[in-house]
Amino acid sequence: MRSLLRPLGGAIRVLLLFTVVCGLVYPLAIWSVSRIGTASAEGSPLQDSAGCVVGSDLIGVDPQVAAGDPDPFFHLRLDGDPTADDPVAGAMTPGDPAAADANDAGPNNETLLEFVQIRREVIAAREGVDPGQVPPDAVTGSGSSVDPAISPAYAELQVPRVARESGLSADAVRHLVAEHTEGRQWGFLGEPRVDVPALNVALGLTAPGCRTPAG
Amino acid sequence: MSPALAAALQLALVVAVLAVLYVPLGDHMARTYTSRTHLRVERIGYRMVRVDPDADQSWKAYAASVLAFTLVSILGLYLLQRVQGVLPLSNGLAGVSPSVAFNTAISFATNTNWQSYVPETTMGHLTQMIGLTVQNFLSASVGMAVAVALIRGIVAVRGGGLGNFWVDLTRGVVRILLPLSIIVAIILLTQGVIMSLHTSFTATGLDGSTSAYALAPVASQEAIKELGTNGGGVLNTNSAHPFENPTPLSNVVEVIALLLIPVCLTRTFGTMVRDRRQGTVLLAVMGALWAAQLAVGLWAESSPHGVAAQAAGAMLEGKEVRFGIPSSVLFAVSTTGTSTGAVNSMHDSYTGLGGGGLLLNMLFGEIAPGGVGSGLFGILVLAVIAVFVGGLLVGRTPEYLGKKIGRREITMAALSILVMPALVLICTAVAVVLPSTSGALGNSGDPGTPGAIHGFSEVLYAFASAANNNGSAFAGITVTNDFFQIALGLAMLLGRLLPIVFILALAGSLAEQTPTPASTGTLPTRGVQFGVLLVGVVILVAALTFFPALALGPIAEALV
Repeated sequence: MRSLLRPLGGAIRVLLLFTVVCGLVYPLAIWSVSRIGTASAEGSPLQDSAGCVVGSDLIGVDPQVAAGDPDPFFHLRLDGDPTADDPVAGAMTPGDPAAADANDAGPNNETLLEFVQIRREVIAAREGVDPGQVPPDAVTGSGSSVDPAISPAYAELQVPRVARESGLSADAVRHLVAEHTEGRQWGFLGEPRVDVPALNVALGLTAPGCRTPAG
Repeated sequence: MSPALAAALQLALVVAVLAVLYVPLGDHMARTYTSRTHLRVERIGYRMVRVDPDADQSWKAYAASVLAFTLVSILGLYLLQRVQGVLPLSNGLAGVSPSVAFNTAISFATNTNWQSYVPETTMGHLTQMIGLTVQNFLSASVGMAVAVALIRGIVAVRGGGLGNFWVDLTRGVVRILLPLSIIVAIILLTQGVIMSLHTSFTATGLDGSTSAYALAPVASQEAIKELGTNGGGVLNTNSAHPFENPTPLSNVVEVIALLLIPVCLTRTFGTMVRDRRQGTVLLAVMGALWAAQLAVGLWAESSPHGVAAQAAGAMLEGKEVRFGIPSSVLFAVSTTGTSTGAVNSMHDSYTGLGGGGLLLNMLFGEIAPGGVGSGLFGILVLAVIAVFVGGLLVGRTPEYLGKKIGRREITMAALSILVMPALVLICTAVAVVLPSTSGALGNSGDPGTPGAIHGFSEVLYAFASAANNNGSAFAGITVTNDFFQIALGLAMLLGRLLPIVFILALAGSLAEQTPTPASTGTLPTRGVQFGVLLVGVVILVAALTFFPALALGPIAEALV
């Protein structure tokens, strides 16, 4: 026992020293470096044409549209809320960037099955297409719950509706989608995708009720 | 470019970067732990903490230092979490609850980084920095120190100690982990990983709704989180979160970072024992297991299995579009094979076979290629077992690198590999008979249904992750009740410290021996034959121990 107690004093002093080095000096040094690109270090805030911060370039939160209202948005992947009373509302719930949380539903999960079926029907009705045309990323929840990207297939599916509801031509919308489509990084890393937060801003949409442009 | 070709090129990039760094980093680490000279900054540090850097420690003194340091780390981290409410930079968060603080303190000090909390709403920035980031460094350095002590026991010529724990701990941080972390953190910053001291920013979305976007000092911790095979996310959804892992490039950098040190430590081993092919054999075994797991995972996830997955049309639940399936599986296999436990996709949502492969990757004992330090000492113990089994099979003297594997050595090796299976199986058995467990599962159903089978897998995965100090989860399970907090905490603690004590005892007993030159009766431990034997031992030990448990979980789910 004494041999266990003897190193305790040294252990405390070593821990304190490294707390300063690894817990203060190192992170603050990295923080200082990060000031070179402050915007990206502070979460890549995304502004609309009026200068209001509407979200983050990197974070996807699906826009909510009340029934009957115009829907000029490109929609994102959903998170889903298994505790919701209304299964449709539960299936269509977006993620929360304040504390993102994934669903962790297994491949045989009955709630996930229900969510997938509801999303397929709701999205097919929204876009006026056959349910079989809705791609897999549209009906599944992501890992982060705030995935900013959708597949090019899901973006293409939404082009006719977005064009109709936003008053732009389908070609103009397709052009914007192409501008916000990223191929594989370096040609072979990751998957081709459409960055939706910036795309929705590029459609000329602005945040209603925002009167305080970012300083 | 076809998806298959892109995935192959990504793999080639990972392997190529590791190959380029293998010799320089492996030899740099060997120099770090064998050099007799202290850096000036290290000398100042030793003086400040009043440690004699030139004192050689017996295995008992070395082990006592490891235990004392881990104990102090746990207590310090527990206290910090409990009092964070009165400290600055705490985002207005109150002190962490006792059960979460207990579990988290053990989790981060044992290099597990299992998380039973939502960081955004639990841990203030100061706790993240001076508590969790610090343990990310120190627990990793402890792992490397123990591995190096074992190597010193193997190469010791005429007795003597295992080195000095405080020096090994310090050098691991100062000469290896800090420089690499700075490089990786800066690369991650260029990709958009955040590094903020603010709590959040508020935005009014295009639909008029208001959301808070949580911010945190991520880049600094993200780098050591991967390099130290820690895995605890600064944000709740870990490396799936775009603020932790924004691009496919940041993703591949994180994968390389978590594989880097465990892979290169085999070179360090070969260099320190002055026979590099000994290290190459271990690397080949690690690489073969990793590649096999990767092949199975990619195949399993490439087509949907399970009713919900089939309805969706692809295994995309729990995966990010920018990564897709190949980059998600690459991360998942690497993180479970290295005891990291960071995730860029939700393992709970994998197919029965894919998720079962990740579980088996941990049940191998974290040696493909294993955690920082722990992977090397883990596979060295298995090499000792393999030598012993091989010796029994062909009637040769069991010896490893000139040291006889006698009763004491094989006892310590056997005890060290028995700890993890005992913890996993006993804790899982207790958990599944407790009535409270069924309410904690994220996936459940009537007995015998795929949902119920998956629920069992969640429990088995949790204890496999804890006892192996991995930290990833089939995260549908809610582990916040007292039973899980305490049982998982003890599994992490015992799964870390007991093997370390047995391994240091083994090192001590090897150090006492004078090496005997190899004779015709010696089983050669470099070359293909020994590599195959070692793979056989790894698979046999895991299969014999865990087949019944795996049959009730992932195997059953894969077959229904």
